[in-house]
Parts: sequence; structure tokens; C-alpha cells
Amino acid sequence: MEILVCVKRVPDTAENEIEVNRDGSDIERDDLVYSVNEWDNYAVEEAIQIVDRVGGSVTVVSVGDEESEEVVRREMAMGANNGILVSDDAFEGSDGKGIAALLKGAVEKGTYDLILTGAQADDGAGQVGGMLAAMLDMTYASVVNYIEVLDNRKLKVGREIEGGNVEMNEIELPCVLSIQTGINEPRYVGIRGIRKVASVDIPVWGSSELGIDAASIGESGAKVKRVDYFVPELGEGAEILEGSMEEIADKLIELLKAKGGIK
Amino acid sequence: MAGQVFAYIIHREGIADDSALELITAARKIFPAAPLTAVVTGSGGNLDAVCNEMAASYNEVWKFDHEALAYPNAEVIRKLLVNTLPGDAVVLLPHNTFGMDLAPGLSIKMDSAFVADVVDIEGLEGDTLNVIRQEYSGQVSTHVTCDISAGVVLNIRAGVFQADESKAAGGQVVDKSGETGDLSAVRKFLEIVEAEVGDVDITKEDILVSIGRGIEDEDNIEIADELAEAIGGVVSCSRPIVDAKWLEKSRQVGTSGKTVKPKVYLALGISGSFQHLGGLKGNPFIVAVNKNPKAPIFQVADVGVVEDLLEFVPVLTEKIQTG
Ligand SMILES: Cc1cc2nc3c(=O)[nH]c(=O)nc-3n(C[C@H](O)[C@H](O)[C@H](O)COP(=O)(O)OP(=O)(O)OC[C@H]3O[C@@H](n4cnc5c(N)ncnc54)[C@H](O)[C@@H]3O)c2cc1C
Repeated sequence: MEILVCVKRVPDTAENEIEVNRDGSDIERDDLVYSVNEWDNYAVEEAIQIVDRVGGSVTVVSVGDEESEEVVRREMAMGANNGILVSDDAFEGSDGKGIAALLKGAVEKGTYDLILTGAQADDGAGQVGGMLAAMLDMTYASVVNYIEVLDNRKLKVGREIEGGNVEMNEIELPCVLSIQTGINEPRYVGIRGIRKVASVDIPVWGSSELGIDAASIGESGAKVKRVDYFVPELGEGAEILEGSMEEIADKLIELLKAKGGIK
Repeated sequence: MAGQVFAYIIHREGIADDSALELITAARKIFPAAPLTAVVTGSGGNLDAVCNEMAASYNEVWKFDHEALAYPNAEVIRKLLVNTLPGDAVVLLPHNTFGMDLAPGLSIKMDSAFVADVVDIEGLEGDTLNVIRQEYSGQVSTHVTCDISAGVVLNIRAGVFQADESKAAGGQVVDKSGETGDLSAVRKFLEIVEAEVGDVDITKEDILVSIGRGIEDEDNIEIADELAEAIGGVVSCSRPIVDAKWLEKSRQVGTSGKTVKPKVYLALGISGSFQHLGGLKGNPFIVAVNKNPKAPIFQVADVGVVEDLLEFVPVLTEKIQTG
């Protein structure tokens, strides 16, 4: 099975406090720790496991700036066979539809049976996979936490819906699936793995390679635009307990007792 | 000028989802006076009950009764909406696993714009819709503009718009079952597999000590166990803890886990994503322990402790034990 996995380089929210810059035009990017989007990492692991079972190859593609090459390389260190970076100044400011259009261009330069994305990334939209599928006229299923290959044309796919229940579907290939966390246990990537792929060539495809009309993508083609970042004025918010750790603990115990939080 | 406004109604066993009335409030922030149409799909059974209930709140209810619509398979619903809605429609959906499944592809097939997970709506200026979203797990908000001249699909976050309970629309149910068009689909729904039942039932507990990614390591869960024992509570968790297989799925609080209604909820190293908070009901007394003073959990907590939980929680536990 030929599998393409779409990955994004994102600031790691578990590692960083995200702050808005002075004029609200961006977040503070200095000192941010970046990594591959959590959901995408599960998608790559799933692709590798499927290929281990039924054969084929895994290609990883990322739309982003030059730095995104590092996440493509990281996922190759995990075991993906090929990597592609889709990058061009003209792509900047693309909305979800623009990104999906770029990925469509990348998909059409190859032949894939299965395309995976993460269920969502740092902007929480969860839109690119569904858009890409519709543009390619392929079937789509989101928040997938179970994949079983039935034969070379069919998958059994579980979507994790509300309450943790799983909606089972039968889907014909080719298709696009967005992967939910927890579907597998992504393997650890050691320094040795990274070294092994350090000099592998990762092609960079811009608008000419993809044959994409620049007007339909980037800032000018975007119907949806982010105007600024801000931190909303909070309502009351929490009462923050101050003092030494001991003092805070004493105060908290009093509050908990009053609220029935200590039996 | 954008077109007619539609809301897709999710329903189960004859009862409309909470989102059905929240979408009205959202729509009213865009079009204060335009007529609103509810789209209700299904196959026999309780469909009429849902349609009649919706007619009290929507000016018009489009009923689609068809055996292909017995289960809301997003691929089938997409075809139905593309076949029947005007091209420049404004379509509202909840941003849940169904809305996430349907909306992005729907916007492509209708050639309209799409905005996901809308948390507030500032209004319409000409053809430009101004909305608010969040990014980075709710750590920052963004103002977003969207050109809706050719229509738009909007996914609205659950619980952020108040339900419109006025029920004064006096609407009409229009049976459109004959107009569905082709509903064949490649994706076939098989069955729902219910989430596994665990050893404890966190939905029945009054005191929950809930851990998130901030617990950092499986071995540290002990810290939470000891606190829970000291105060007579039970340990629950956020999704990453279950993803890592450190605790059972039945201990996960959130939209894709359990809905709990404790009296006291201690959130230790949990950032406060909307999917997590979506499982926390009944207005509990929330204590958040988080080393990031900007963590969104502090917006909803009653009391906050800005400390490393690995240091603070053992101090707290010991003080309680020695009482
Ligand atoms: C469709 C869908 C459904 C989902 N359903 C759920 C659900 O049901 N439940 C759920 O929980 N999530 C759910 N999620 C995931 C959700 O979006 C978040 O990713 C998740 O809730 C984050 O969990 P967290 O707060 O533990 O981790 P993070 O967001 O990583 O937060 C960890 C927090 O710990 C703090 N921290 C780190 N170290 C320490 C320390 N030593 N001491 C104190 N604080 C520390 C950090 O400052 C941070 O605020 C769902 C996502 C999707 C897409």
C-alpha cells in the first residue's frame, strides 16, 4: 500500500507558554520549542505499521517554511521511506483551503492508496484532511482510532466519537483519513535514527513544481484570514493562592474542607 | 449578500442535541432577523417528533426521511446538503466529531468558505463575517475574517452560545423527502462499538483528582493516588494519559471520554482544552495546579495554584495525612 502522510511543524504547547507579541501580529516565536504536530506523529506511526503488515511505502509531506524540513526528516527517522517539503514564499498566508490545494498538487504528482493527516493541529481547525479528500473526490473519515486492512481495496475504519464510542465504517481505497491520538504508541526516535537520515535528499516543491496558480493560494486566495492574536479579557478567573508552598497548601486545605473536598 | 441560513440538527432517540438551540443564538449574531431553517434528517421512527420540536424554534424545518439517512454518515449527509441547499447558503454545524467529519468537505463541494470551531461572532460587515477562534489549545485567541459572499460553513463550539429557549418561531415542517437526490456513498456505516467499562465509575464520584500531561511520567501517578486516598477521592485524567496507556479509558474526562459531575475537581497539570472541559458538568469547585500561569484552566477554575505539581502535591498530601 502506498501511503502519504501530511505533517505539520508546530510550537509544542506542552513545552511552551504561548504569548502574543507586542502588536498582536503573531505569537512570540523566539525561544519556542517546535515539534511535529502530536496527531501527525500518530498518523506516521500508523502508516509505518500498515506497511509493515501489508507492504508498500510511506511518504511524508509537509507544507511550510524551510524549517519544516526538520519534521519531515524526523518522521523519516521514524521509518517513513520518502519525504517531500512543499514550500514557496507565495504559499504564505494560505487558509485551510489553500493548504489543501497545495497538498492536492503534491498528491497528484504520485500514486497513493491511502492519505493520512492528523485529526487537528495547532490551530485546532481539523479541516485540511476533509478538504483535501473532497478536492480529490476521495472518501474521508475523521478522528480515526482504528484501521484494519480488509483487502487491497477495502479498510475497516473506526472513528472515535463522543463518549469514546467507536463508529465502525467500511471504506474503499483510495481514501483520506484523519488520525486521532491513542490509535497506537508512536515509536521513540533516537539520535541514531536521526543520523541515519541526516543526509537524505528531501525535494522542495514550489508553485512551479506543483503547477499551481499562485492567485488561488497564499494570502490573496484566502477567504478566511487571521487578523490578529490576542488574549481575551478574563472574567473573574481563578483566585490564585499566594505564599510559600506550605502556606498555599494550608489555605487550600481550608478551602477544600469548606467545599466538601476532603472526606 | 449571503444566502439563506441553515442549521443541521443532530438528534438521538427523538431528542435534539443541545447544539440545536445554541446554533440559533450563533445565527442571530450574524443575521439578527433573517428566517432560520433547520435541516432534520433520519429514517422514520422519531423523526417527526424532532421536526415538530424544532418548528417551535426555527422558522422552517426541512425534513428528509430516507432509509439512507437512518444513521448520520457524513458522506451521505454531505451529498444531501449539496443536492438540496442553495449554493450560497450559510450552514451552521456543531464543532463535534460529526461537524468535523462533515464540514470541511462540504465547504469544498459547495465552493464556500469554512471556519472551524468558532467561539464567538462579532457580526457581519457587508460580505465579511468577523468571528473569534482560539489556537494553541486555547492559550491565545484570534480575530478572523471570512468572505461569505459565496456562502459559508461554520462549525460552532458547543456550550459557548446560550441555547435560544424562546420557542416562539411558530415554524413549519416542510417534507422534502422526495428531493434528496442521489445518496449513494463509498463509506459504509457498520456499527457503533461502545466504550469499554472500567473498574471505577468516575461519573458517580464527588471528588476527582484529575491528572494531565503535566504528571510527566507514569511513575508519578502515585502522587495523585496518594492525594486521592488522603481526601477520599478517585483519580481521573485527561486524554494524553489514556493515549499513553497509563490509565484506563474509563478514567478519561472529556467529550471523547466520560461526562462527570463531581462536587470538587482537582485539575493537576491539565491545560483546560475545551474537549476536556466539555466533560465537566454540574458546576464543581475547581482547583487547578499548573506551572503555567497562563494556562486556560485558570479561566474556569475557582482556585489556582501556580506551582510544579510534582513538588506541590506531595506537600499537600502530607499535610492532609498529618491533619
Ligand atoms: C476530537 C477530539 C476529542 C478530544 N477529547 C478529549 C477528551 O475527552 N478529554 C481530554 O482531556 N482531551 C481530549 N482531547 C484532546 C485535547 O484537545 C487536548 O489535547 C488534551 O485535553 C490536553 O490534555 P492535557 O491538558 O493533559 O495536556 P496539555 O494540554 O499538554 O497540558 C499539560 C499542562 O500541564 C502543565 N504542566 C506541565 N508540567 C507540569 C508540572 N510539572 N506541574 C504543573 N503543571 C505542569 C502545562 O503547563 C500544561 O498546561 C480531544 C481532542 C480531539 C481532537
